[in-house]
Amino acid sequence: MSTGNGKLLELRGVSQAYGRGERRFTAVEKVNLSLNAGEYVALLGPSGCGKSTLLRIISGLQPPTAGQVLYRGQPLQGVNPHAAIVFQTFALFPWLTVQENVEVALKARGIPTTLRSPRAVDLLDRVGLDGFESAYPRELSGGMRQKVGFARAMAVEPELLCLDEPFSALDVLSAESLRGELLELWTGGSIPTQAILMVTHNIDEAVFMADRILVMDKGPGRVVAEVKVDLPHPRDRKSAAFATVSDRVYAILAGQTEAESVELGVAPGEPGRTRALPDVDVNDLAGLLEWLDGLPGNRADIYRLTDDLKVDSSHLLLLIEAAELLGFAHVATGDITLTPLGETFAEASILGRKAIFAARLRRVPLFKWLLALLKASPRQQLSHAVVQAALELEFLQGEAERQVEIAIQWGRYGEILAYDDTGGMFYLELAVAPGV
Amino acid sequence: MAQSEHIFRSEQFAGRQFGRSDALVILAVATLIYGGARLAMQAPVVVEGRDISLAPTALPIYALFSVGRMLAAYALSFLFTLVYGYIAAYNRRAEAVLMPLLDVLQSVPILSFLPMVLLSLSAILPETIAVELASVVLIFTSQAWNMTFAWYQSLTTIPVELREASGIFRFNRWLRLKTLELPFGANSLIWNSMMSWAGGWFFLMAAEIFTVGQRDFRLPGLGAYLSEAAAQGDRRAILLGIGMLVLVIVMLDQFVWRPLIAWSERFKLEMVESDNPPTSWFLDQLRGSRLVERGLARFWRPLVERVDQWFIRRLAPLGLAQMGEGQPGLPAYALLIAVAAGVLYGAYRAAAMLLQVPLVEWGWIGVGLLATLLRVIAALVITLAWTIPVGVAIGTNERLARWLQPVVQVAASVPATALFPVVLLALLAAPGGLAVAALLLMLMGTQWYVLFNVIAGAAAIPQDLKYTAALLGLGRWERWRTLILPALFPFIVTGAITATGGAWNASIVAEHISYAGESYYTIGLGSLIARATADGNYPLLLAATLSMVLAVAALNRVFWRRLYRLAEDRFRME
Repeated sequence: MSTGNGKLLELRGVSQAYGRGERRFTAVEKVNLSLNAGEYVALLGPSGCGKSTLLRIISGLQPPTAGQVLYRGQPLQGVNPHAAIVFQTFALFPWLTVQENVEVALKARGIPTTLRSPRAVDLLDRVGLDGFESAYPRELSGGMRQKVGFARAMAVEPELLCLDEPFSALDVLSAESLRGELLELWTGGSIPTQAILMVTHNIDEAVFMADRILVMDKGPGRVVAEVKVDLPHPRDRKSAAFATVSDRVYAILAGQTEAESVELGVAPGEPGRTRALPDVDVNDLAGLLEWLDGLPGNRADIYRLTDDLKVDSSHLLLLIEAAELLGFAHVATGDITLTPLGETFAEASILGRKAIFAARLRRVPLFKWLLALLKASPRQQLSHAVVQAALELEFLQGEAERQVEIAIQWGRYGEILAYDDTGGMFYLELAVAPGV
Repeated sequence: MAQSEHIFRSEQFAGRQFGRSDALVILAVATLIYGGARLAMQAPVVVEGRDISLAPTALPIYALFSVGRMLAAYALSFLFTLVYGYIAAYNRRAEAVLMPLLDVLQSVPILSFLPMVLLSLSAILPETIAVELASVVLIFTSQAWNMTFAWYQSLTTIPVELREASGIFRFNRWLRLKTLELPFGANSLIWNSMMSWAGGWFFLMAAEIFTVGQRDFRLPGLGAYLSEAAAQGDRRAILLGIGMLVLVIVMLDQFVWRPLIAWSERFKLEMVESDNPPTSWFLDQLRGSRLVERGLARFWRPLVERVDQWFIRRLAPLGLAQMGEGQPGLPAYALLIAVAAGVLYGAYRAAAMLLQVPLVEWGWIGVGLLATLLRVIAALVITLAWTIPVGVAIGTNERLARWLQPVVQVAASVPATALFPVVLLALLAAPGGLAVAALLLMLMGTQWYVLFNVIAGAAAIPQDLKYTAALLGLGRWERWRTLILPALFPFIVTGAITATGGAWNASIVAEHISYAGESYYTIGLGSLIARATADGNYPLLLAATLSMVLAVAALNRVFWRRLYRLAEDRFRME
């Protein structure tokens, strides 16, 4: 590990907003953070918290709407020439061979063939891809493709290496071995990189790799906590110390108990924040509740749940969020406990479940608002476009679209509203939708 | 079949509504036509055509001339495509004007422009140069639009992370073009270039020989050879000419397009290898050749490297290429105002010219429009009637496809304009005469688009749905109604859009024909345009052409666009 000292990078009051006027949406709000030489920092948070946006601001791909980015004390202008990114989806050029993919980064810096070819071959060697130089990315497995991604990033000898969920598109085994190899290169000091910034939604991964974890939350995206990980490498996931840190992070992410207006959010159009419906399948939610129902005390350690249920942590957190939002469970200090209502739900018949679900949905401000709107509309029907347009005042366009989809799915499950796909119309469930 | 699936989807149809810019664009088109007509009036009164030799020995050199014309037009189209598409994709203000303009330009009946292009050029240039230039311009207008759409489309759909990678790794404009944009667009550019060449042949045949009243314009080439052969009623020459044309087309296919398509396979974005990639024996030969390999290593690669380094030294790295707002400077505004003033004046004069058209001629236009519309509809109905069963048979039956596919491809690649003389030989004597022949001619030019789309659609029906239909024991009619027709719907719509556009265009050559020294007419907008051209009746030409532009544009917007949306929303299997 290179032991430079002092601040490499600093963000001061950085905000990022999209759209204008009514449609203005804040993705990241007033973020301050700094990155020191010799540090491995993880940006951890649920999807939609703006962590990837932050990474793009830090690397200079995107200028922030407000605030300052300082690199070695100087304001950053344009793309940071000392940074490189490893992308979640690899971002390799499919029409270039493995070696050409690495070389092109060097070529762009004006390095002649005689110098760049040996360097590319050497780097590919180091990540264990010797013999694959003339292969095309599509001939490689996901893990090997990401190795090319790493080799390309390291070829330009960046001071700041940015990793954008680099392991999340890989299968479990290749992800694990690649993590180990990266840590070896980093802790062994064999690369000139001064600092690594990794964006991830995987808590376990953050604790396993980083020296410091910046925990982010969404709506708007901001840094809510900082957790130091003072464990020596290589870290043992089974150790008590590892579990303690993980529990702390889970508690921060899942356990923010707040006043009901904040907890449930407000209806769209009212002052305050409308809480987004977590994007989960109702059947998955039922599965989680059934699992909890079968445990002694109807409670579980969230950190253990990822292993037991074989779901990744971000999906689990969404399920937990949904369970909390609907009052089926509550979370405290890293544990999730089924509420009596959740227990009833888990043990009910399908019709019983639907009744409970419908009753709980009617409490959620977004549904309250939607149902009121439907009742007030002529013939008690609303077009998809109208609902989405209204939600776009609260959410970014893509998110608004997703919210409508979730509302349709949940509403159909609870049988409180119907949706006609052909005409794109919402109906109150009592009214008979044509063609149904 | 996957490839044909994506070429035949006319992406430009998704999205936009009729807007202010469309109105502006139509005004501008009217101005253009008016300007052309004004110039055309000053063209020389009598032009003696060159003699076209019907000797078989003349054929190779004629073929060469024709290919040269195509090549020149294609080079022009390619350059236009790169620049126009690039500007439209990276500058939002320019995009707002350029894309609607392109949309209208492609529904303009190109053939009705030929006389004006020809005459206005011959007013300012020596005759031989004017005719050459006119044919190149005409072919260009038949090649450029779809390629430009394809390039624009691919520039705007480059995946974000590849853009980000080229930003963070400090690509400059040149490297980005070479490493990201051109490779990403390569597949659709190549497919669209093929389509453009097919379209180009169609117009080349018509553009090489053209009679406007006393003026007889001729260019030595295959098209002129065929027309002359037909005019003299020389069947042997007609057969020879068509044989030569087929030979040229097949050779281009084997030595240019097949190798290019096989080569461009590596530019696919998909991260999986395709099961049976397109192959080319010629490309395999090239790849296996020592000489070629050595030439590449010795000369080509060092050259590329030097060019790259030259650009890298001179162009600064770009950031993330975002859509620029493109603040126009003072000169841009001045230019804009000048163009706007020109357009307004031209539109005013065009309107004045339209006022000269007597009421009775407007009546002809109305009747002609109706007649041609009926003919277009009839051609479409006949096309659908035979292409759907045949296309489904080919698309779902591997064995049939293996020997029918190449036959169909060769048949489709022969431009309908080249076959006109043959059809006329057979049909002019038959009852119905030109009225029937015109329909057949329009049919010949347009049916292939639909057929290819139906084949692609039938091949894309998922196997599990076919199994399900079989398991449910659906009867033949039920299977067609619930599975095959809905699955084909989007493909039929895209094919029909292209086909009807082509049919309108073909009406100009199909409804008015010179054969063996005689002229034949039938009622229709196309023959009206052709006759107005021959008589030098420019007000009527302007009125008829504008009517056709408006009719085609209106039909597209009102009818086809709706169907296309419906197809996209409900029937696409993705």
